[in-house]
Amino acid sequence: MTGQAETIKATGTAVPLLSLTGIVKQFPGTLANDHVDLTVLPGEIHALLGENGAGKSTLVKIIYGVLKPDAGEIRWQGQPIVVQNPNHARRLGIGMVFQHFSLFEALTVAENIALGLTDAADRKGLRARIVEIARSYGLHLDPDRAVHDLSVGERQRIEIVRCLLQKPKLLIMDEPTSVLTPQEVERLFETLRRLAKEGCAILYISHKLEEIRALCERATVMRFGKVVAHCDPRQETAKRLAEMMIGTELKAASHHARGEVNGGPRLEVRALSLKSEQQFGTDLKDISFAVKGGEILGIGGIAGNGQAELMAALSGEMPAAAPDAIVIDGVAAGRLGPRERRALGGCFVPEERNGHGAVRDMSLSENAFLSGHVRRALARNGLINSGKTARFADDVIRSFDVRTTGPSAEARSLSGGNLQKFLVGREVKQSPSVLVVCQPTWGVDAGAAAAIHQALIDLADNGTAVVVISQDLDEIFALADRIAVIAEGRLSQAMPIGEASIEQIGLLMGGTHGAPGESPAASVEGRDAASA
Amino acid sequence: MDQAIIISFVLSVMTASTPLLLAATGELVTEKSGVLNLGVEGMMLVGAIVGFATTVHTGSALLGVLAALLAGAAMALIFAILTLTFLANQVATGLALTIFGTGLSALVGASYVGTAVEGLPKVLFGHDALVYLSLIAVFAVAWFLRRSHRGLVLRAVGDSHDAAHAIGYPVVLIRYLATLFGGAMCGLAGAYMSLAYATSWAENMTAGRGWIALALVVFATWRPIWLLVGAYLFGGIMYGSLAIQAAGAISLFGYPLVVPSQLVSALPYVATIAVLVAISRDRAKIRMNAPACLGRSFHAAG
Repeated sequence: MTGQAETIKATGTAVPLLSLTGIVKQFPGTLANDHVDLTVLPGEIHALLGENGAGKSTLVKIIYGVLKPDAGEIRWQGQPIVVQNPNHARRLGIGMVFQHFSLFEALTVAENIALGLTDAADRKGLRARIVEIARSYGLHLDPDRAVHDLSVGERQRIEIVRCLLQKPKLLIMDEPTSVLTPQEVERLFETLRRLAKEGCAILYISHKLEEIRALCERATVMRFGKVVAHCDPRQETAKRLAEMMIGTELKAASHHARGEVNGGPRLEVRALSLKSEQQFGTDLKDISFAVKGGEILGIGGIAGNGQAELMAALSGEMPAAAPDAIVIDGVAAGRLGPRERRALGGCFVPEERNGHGAVRDMSLSENAFLSGHVRRALARNGLINSGKTARFADDVIRSFDVRTTGPSAEARSLSGGNLQKFLVGREVKQSPSVLVVCQPTWGVDAGAAAAIHQALIDLADNGTAVVVISQDLDEIFALADRIAVIAEGRLSQAMPIGEASIEQIGLLMGGTHGAPGESPAASVEGRDAASA
Repeated sequence: MDQAIIISFVLSVMTASTPLLLAATGELVTEKSGVLNLGVEGMMLVGAIVGFATTVHTGSALLGVLAALLAGAAMALIFAILTLTFLANQVATGLALTIFGTGLSALVGASYVGTAVEGLPKVLFGHDALVYLSLIAVFAVAWFLRRSHRGLVLRAVGDSHDAAHAIGYPVVLIRYLATLFGGAMCGLAGAYMSLAYATSWAENMTAGRGWIALALVVFATWRPIWLLVGAYLFGGIMYGSLAIQAAGAISLFGYPLVVPSQLVSALPYVATIAVLVAISRDRAKIRMNAPACLGRSFHAAG
């Protein structure tokens, strides 16, 4: 760390690598960037911090030439330039790893990387160079695998390798860790620190404050399209950073009143086994657990270990073989579909917001109807009660502070965090007896995440049995009463959160289901295998 | 069967397959870029009449073929302007293009009904150049898509236009080019129908081959080599059914078997689709090869 600090001092007087002055970008209805200034020095890790909709992504898209600014000046190594398009940006030495990966599912790793290389000359002996870069930075990749059966962590590695092949001077990372496991995050940080040491500046966009404090040397904070603060994140507390970002005091989610759980289980899963319908899916093997009313069960695990299948099995999208494999409030629901389970009191928030949780091209009102019409009786005689539906949607929008123009706004017009708040709110407002949520704060800013967490806790306090399936261990530790880990389609015994240690959970995530005391070396290997 | 019969069978099958193969190869490239042009039948018909009329007036089959190629591309250009620039719905526009092409070709062709042309000169083994061109085109397209960088870019645009745009590829331009190529190939297929397959013009002479070409592309799961299989299967059954019809009735164990001629005519269409459905049920192959953005409009933000 001291070495990096010295680097800053040494380069503090040098010509900035990139400097933006007075960047303005107007979108219909919003001023996304309002006279933004930003300076990035060579070799520094610079954080760009802000809530969803603060204009961070717009700003980096301008730097990368995807969008054109309406006004303002960009200087690159002291020279004023106009970035024509991403090809131009890459030629200048700017690389970018996108939040929503810019990858092609049907193509192989090598083909995806080749597409990101501008010069034909760069593509010579590409496979060998991919393997070499991957090895030297510890980013394991097989050039011949098709992208659609890779994990999220591997997909991100493709983007990083694609950037590294062009020896960038500036690497822009847009929310890179929102879908990575703790181990993958640590590995990413090692790579980034090494790159910075080699002289490549990194512009790191995130709202995960702890990560910014661990990684970045300088931070620029944005709010509503404006730069509101500059700071050294290592000198600030996470709470201070969050407050700069949100502009008001951050209310931490109140702690869930534990130990007041009584009554019988509201959701029971008994020896659930299920073949995956996906080509590269994970079969569920003999999963059993029970959740009482007022209790939050967290299910951790590395992506692709059966979470998607478990979610589909619980929501009824994939019916179980036996009716009593899944019991909701004492009724055997294993063979019932999603609608019938909703009628029993089960509500569900799937992982993917776009296309699964919400229909992008439909209005919020229509989306509210789709999941809420059973429990909120929004239909009468086969007709939509549109007044009641709009009131329901409006209620969700108000209660969860969803920033939108109203119930008639299209789902696609909302930012990720706002849409997620709406989707969680839509289910919470149906007062379910059982709520299953998958990755509830995936790619969501701190303010929205806190609101969602609070809603889940309040719901549990009112007697709902809540299941949170998440790859974010911090989230599970903050929310859950008990934790279980899913690995290779098997679920571990649930244990009280107070008795679980991160290390123990890490071993379970690697698929080591035995008691502690097994050799740690073996478990580390297992973990690598599971994440690869 | 003696050799002469086999050779004549193969030659006839090739003749029947060629228009399908040309049109399907063009449409495959268009669809791989993410554009669904349902106007194949219309583009073929316009190509057929323009090629035929040009040949009648100039006496040159080569000029006829070139004119057909341009006519097909011009039809595709109309489609591209409407769907890629003005973001009209591709399915509706494609259907309209077929209706437009059918009507336009009938109008222009009314005075040519009954006229005959000499047809394309034979170059090798009793076949004209278009037959060989169709074979070369399939393999060239297969190579282009699999091996060349431009082909990779084309596939990438069809797989995710947003990602391709974010990386910096000109999505709309690439789609224009792919659509024009598809139209030109359909024009060629039409010219083959009127200048080689029939050497005359008749209203609606493609008889649904454009639709079969579209189906071939889907059931071949967007793999060019399987287009070849599908097209020749169709051609084979087409020729076989003609032979049955010519024979009048076939006898089965000594009893005359009377098959209605309509059923015989429908046989190639039914059989080709049945066989291709049977061989293309592999979901992984479909997922790997189907262009994910097929038929979706692209509008760059900002």
